Amino acid sequence: MKVLVPVKRVIDYNVKVRVKADQTGVELANVKMSMNPFDEISVEEAIRLKEAGKADEVVVVSLGVQQCQETIRTALAMGADRGILVTHDGDLEPLAVAKMLKAIVDKEEPGLVILGKQAIDDDCNQTGQMLAALLGWPQGTFASEIEIGDGSMKVVREVDGGLETVTLNMPAIVTTDLRLNEPRYASLPNIMKAKKKPIDTMTPADLGVDPAPRLEVLKVVEPAKREAGIKVPDVATLVEKLHNEAKVI
Amino acid sequence: MSILVVAEHDNSALKPATLNAVAAAVAIGGDIDVLVAGSDAGSAAAEAAKVAGVSKVLHAEGAEYANALAENLAPLVVSLAGGYSHVLAAATTSGKNVMPRVAAALDVAQISEIIEVVDAETFVRPIYAGNALATVKSSDATKVITVRATAFEAAAAEGGSAGVESAASAGDAGMSTWNGSELSKSERPELTSAGIVISGGRGMQSGDNFPMLEGIADKLGAAVGASRAAVDAGFVPNDYQVGQTGKVVAPELYVAVGISGAIQHLAGMKDSKVIVAINKDEEAPIFQVADYGLVADLFKAVPELSDEIDKVRG
Ligand SMILES: Cc1cc2nc3c(=O)[nH]c(=O)nc-3n(C[C@H](O)[C@H](O)[C@H](O)COP(=O)(O)OP(=O)(O)OC[C@H]3O[C@@H](n4cnc5c(N)ncnc54)[C@H](O)[C@@H]3O)c2cc1C
Ligand SMILES: Nc1ncnc2c1ncn2[C@@H]1O[C@H](COP(=O)(O)O)[C@@H](O)[C@H]1O
Repeated sequence: MKVLVPVKRVIDYNVKVRVKADQTGVELANVKMSMNPFDEISVEEAIRLKEAGKADEVVVVSLGVQQCQETIRTALAMGADRGILVTHDGDLEPLAVAKMLKAIVDKEEPGLVILGKQAIDDDCNQTGQMLAALLGWPQGTFASEIEIGDGSMKVVREVDGGLETVTLNMPAIVTTDLRLNEPRYASLPNIMKAKKKPIDTMTPADLGVDPAPRLEVLKVVEPAKREAGIKVPDVATLVEKLHNEAKVI
Repeated sequence: MSILVVAEHDNSALKPATLNAVAAAVAIGGDIDVLVAGSDAGSAAAEAAKVAGVSKVLHAEGAEYANALAENLAPLVVSLAGGYSHVLAAATTSGKNVMPRVAAALDVAQISEIIEVVDAETFVRPIYAGNALATVKSSDATKVITVRATAFEAAAAEGGSAGVESAASAGDAGMSTWNGSELSKSERPELTSAGIVISGGRGMQSGDNFPMLEGIADKLGAAVGASRAAVDAGFVPNDYQVGQTGKVVAPELYVAVGISGAIQHLAGMKDSKVIVAINKDEEAPIFQVADYGLVADLFKAVPELSDEIDKVRG
């Protein structure tokens, strides 16, 4: 079975983002970029499936600017086999990404696609579900455990009330949650090896998809800042203030 | 304009976040219908009919809807969507699971987790863990939207008198089955709708220490939450996680105990009315958002907190 893993290049989760003065978006110049953390979990899971003999090839795909190639290389260094880069300079919304991924799935015919549950830049949490809809495949979102069976798979999902288990026919879509695994670090020899692994490059037009966004971003602003509070010297003062000043207890 | 709100329920009762989604529909304006798809869900449908502002309840019955499987629920919503300008659901794990599947099938964008309705086409949503707010305008024929519950005050559960119509099932897609769930049982209020939330982080050191927080929560009628680190370490179950990729809460009072205040955690609680932080590190970023900060060892402060609360409430 082939496993396809879409990986997104995003601002590193440790960076404090700054909104641009002209309110068109956030500052991306000279900012550290990394693989979306949920996508590292997806890559790790796919590699583990391969190591367990449940998958025979792990293909990673990234859509966006040319530098997404670095994100693909990171996944290849972790142990993925080859990459697909779809270059596009403008903004890409989940629907357009899902359409391009569908075109790639139609060609590559994977048995499983593992995406992150959410990109930490747009916080959309949409792409996997959209891809599942376009393909007519079942979806196991927010996965904290997966088990591949014979023609079907079990997915334990993190839901608001706790955990839920579903069985999906395969091929299927999975989106990863934080507790699925702990991604490995790439070793130096594997980083060197990854440089030789193949990456195919294509464009949205090659995939027959119009990547134009559907939503118009009118402005991007900073949220209101909270007023700085006070330090209290002890618990008695804290409780007195919560009771008499804030009146919340 | 006419709006369809996809209700979330457990077949017997509505989930509270549905009322916040209705409130967002009221802010958009127009006729509001509520879809209740479930198995033996008559009482949930009857409850939806009483919600203030609702014109009509569509009730779809079938075993295929018992557990809100996206593969079955999305085609039903799609089959009904033609008559509506907007389709809304709360941005719960259920809404997040189902609605993008609806949007893609309709070939429209989804607008995730709106926090404000500017007009019927324009909405505000947080991006980058709430460090930026984007105002976006949609010209899609149907606007598919998920609603951040804490940003819209719940519609009144009583006061409406909508009719209930039955809606035809779209059938079982036959792709997925629900095997079961392991839900955290608790007498405490639900995290996302509680008036007071007390959360513990890595500083708690072990799940065995959470009963300290639970004792206080029970005195105050509060819910208990946690940081990702506390969940990852297995101190508490996953559904306790507050943050960018967990639950968003905005209670009257949020107490963060042994939590450093990473941006991903702040994303889930910084709209709380009053924030208290108890942390032994006076440099911890949580103090930058706290109204009342106490620099102290939590193992000393939390038992004292319990005693002091008894005194003022005595
Ligand atoms: C993709 C992604 C998504 C994430 N999503 C979330 C999310 O939704 N929610 C979330 O919370 N995090 C999330 N995180 C993790 C986040 O970045 C932080 O790692 C996490 O919030 C830290 O948890 P913590 O504050 O409990 O632990 P730490 O950062 O380790 O802080 C522990 C704090 O406890 C204090 N402490 C220790 N002992 C004591 C004591 N005896 N008395 C008093 N204070 C004490 C310390 O001073 C310290 O400030 C996410 C990260 C990533 C990469
Ligand atoms: N431009 C992209 N390139 C590759 N994968 C993507 C891209 N955008 C989204 N994804 C995938 O979809 C997941 C969810 O993203 P989103 O729906 O934007 O929150 C991510 O974790 C990735 O797995």
